[in-house]
Amino acid sequence: MKNEKESGWDIIIEGSTSLFDLKFKDIWSYRDLLVMFVKRDFVSFYKQTILGPIWFFVQPLFTTIIYTFVFGRLASLSTDDLPQPVFYLAGITAWNYFADCLTKTSTVFKDNLQIFGKVYFPRIILPLSIVVSNLVRFIVQMLLLLAMMSYYYLNGTIFIITWSLLMIPVLVLMMAILGLGLGLFITAMTTKYRDLAFLVTFGVPLLMYTTTIIFPLASLPAKYKHLVELNPMTGIIEAFRYCLLGKGEFSGWSLGYSAIVTLVVFAIGIIVFNKTEKNFVDSI
Amino acid sequence: MNRVIEIKNLSKIYRLGEIGTGTISRDLERWFKMKVRGQEDPFLKIGEVNTRDKKGKSDIVFSLREINFDVHQGEALGIIGKNGAGKSTLLKIISRVTSPTTGKIKIKGRVASLLEVGTGFHPELTGRENIYLNGAILGMRKKEITRKLDEIVDFSGVERYIDTPVKRYSSGMFVRLAFAVAAHLESEILIVDEVLAVGDAEFQKKCLGKMGEVSKGEGKTVLFVSHNMAAVRKLCDKGVLLKDGQIYSLGCIDDVLNNYIASGDTTRAIYDIKAPINAENLAGFVHRVQVEDIDGKLVNEIPAGKPWQIRVQFKLNIDIKYFIIALGITDSYNVNLRTTWSKEIDLGKGWYEAVFKEEQLLFASGTYHLTLGLSSFERTIQYLENVAAITISDLADSTLDKSIIRTSGTGMILNPMNVEISIINYIK
Repeated sequence: MKNEKESGWDIIIEGSTSLFDLKFKDIWSYRDLLVMFVKRDFVSFYKQTILGPIWFFVQPLFTTIIYTFVFGRLASLSTDDLPQPVFYLAGITAWNYFADCLTKTSTVFKDNLQIFGKVYFPRIILPLSIVVSNLVRFIVQMLLLLAMMSYYYLNGTIFIITWSLLMIPVLVLMMAILGLGLGLFITAMTTKYRDLAFLVTFGVPLLMYTTTIIFPLASLPAKYKHLVELNPMTGIIEAFRYCLLGKGEFSGWSLGYSAIVTLVVFAIGIIVFNKTEKNFVDSI
Repeated sequence: MNRVIEIKNLSKIYRLGEIGTGTISRDLERWFKMKVRGQEDPFLKIGEVNTRDKKGKSDIVFSLREINFDVHQGEALGIIGKNGAGKSTLLKIISRVTSPTTGKIKIKGRVASLLEVGTGFHPELTGRENIYLNGAILGMRKKEITRKLDEIVDFSGVERYIDTPVKRYSSGMFVRLAFAVAAHLESEILIVDEVLAVGDAEFQKKCLGKMGEVSKGEGKTVLFVSHNMAAVRKLCDKGVLLKDGQIYSLGCIDDVLNNYIASGDTTRAIYDIKAPINAENLAGFVHRVQVEDIDGKLVNEIPAGKPWQIRVQFKLNIDIKYFIIALGITDSYNVNLRTTWSKEIDLGKGWYEAVFKEEQLLFASGTYHLTLGLSSFERTIQYLENVAAITISDLADSTLDKSIIRTSGTGMILNPMNVEISIINYIK
């Protein structure tokens, strides 16, 4: 009955709406905006720089060099028999994607208050555009990884590559959803409680050390293994390295655990975000 | 006619003071009462009327309270009210920037809201790139923008700079470009907040013209908030007057504007002027200003076309040579209409009264502000800007000549000119 009465109206504005509403139709009609935000991120990133898009490679490259020196040479941590730079770069590239999705989404309300306070569009467009522009960056950085792999391949290293390569898009999607979900939750909560913003700034780098970025899971003593596996990113990173480089310790269980955590976090993130997005302009 | 916006029981509350610390416990309390025990929102009960200048008991105010009205297709609705009356909150809710606390709005068609020009402009991007970005933020599809690009660039008048980053633009060019994008939105409903206060006079005129074209020519619905009453009167055919978050008056724009002028408590018959702190050390000061008809009877409103007078009581503390009292009249946009002054006169100390009589000049209906000055030898004794106001009304009956149209739409001064028409034969 209610629907009959409401028919003919395009927009209904009310105080409360359903919590888990992804508004696909709304997002679809704003798809051009999503593309333009992504484009804006890129164009504004390298405008007035000499090196331009090359900067996309500089950060992972230098991080790899430093890690190779500190963790590889000085600390002599195991890299699962892989060439150290390849091991680190693979981890860094994947981790950066997750971390960037998380940190950039986690400030999306605060950073875009100017726009959000003046005009309506589905709020989720901006976090999505962050995930997409980071994805483009991730793909570009993957080229660097592939280049490095080919270099070591020509020098005699053998990478065991199987059909599991096809798993990689799924893993990337999982990282995106996990980062997005966590980021949405944090940005929604920080509109009222700023404390979480501080947690992100030092928490994300620390989280990296509890993920298997600078050491392989296989090198850990059994009693720590389960602890590190509690981190949902561990399963994803190990699987990522296994699929791409043929080395890594992962099971259906650990990946399944990561998938469940990812979905739960995402669901909570969306609910909190949806609840906050309508009124955050008043409380931020 | 077709209703395109229907607003029902719309209310919005705001919490005053610091938001942040210590709110978790209150949020939980509120949630517990509402959801678990099924009570009404406890905050809504203690809410008070939103008056900005009075201190209330609770820290919850209604920015909007029980708003109900409909807008029909093709209407241009002016939303007016004092600062803090809830105009912008209403527009924000209709634009879906924030949501109502209670109530419901139903809308037919696409809404383009222009609460600010240039939302989302990125300084590093060129004018052209920003047209696309801004257009998309405002809800346009890419192909729509491409189709209208030439028109937008042409309207903005910044064609030469279109491929330059907008950070190099002058602020005027920036606004021109931004408004051009907004003016070419393809939407059924256009919402415009006070955005015309920027840009030069020529461009403001162009914007108003474009908005008039949009509402009258293209049949779009326009919601317009402005403090520029002349612009509102020109553009809109209906009006809503908000006062303290509630609808005070609704209907034909001229009635609503008259209500606004009357509701503002801006004009009275007697203005007691607060004595300056160092009153006794001054040479003189004004005590009271009265608005009267020509017989000396106090009036709140002067019928258009009737003579009136201003009586000023003032005190001189010392003897003053060459004393002059001057009166200035400005219209509600602070445009100076005339200044008039008394003949020089030597006065001893004591209480005096000056009467300014207006017998010839016919002012159009509206509110006029009075400025008073006391001086001697061109040295100011006291200068009081906008010290009082008078309302000229075309509602009360008037014995005026029928050939005179009494609204301000025809101008400020109504005195007819002497017009003669005769046959000419030197042009064939």
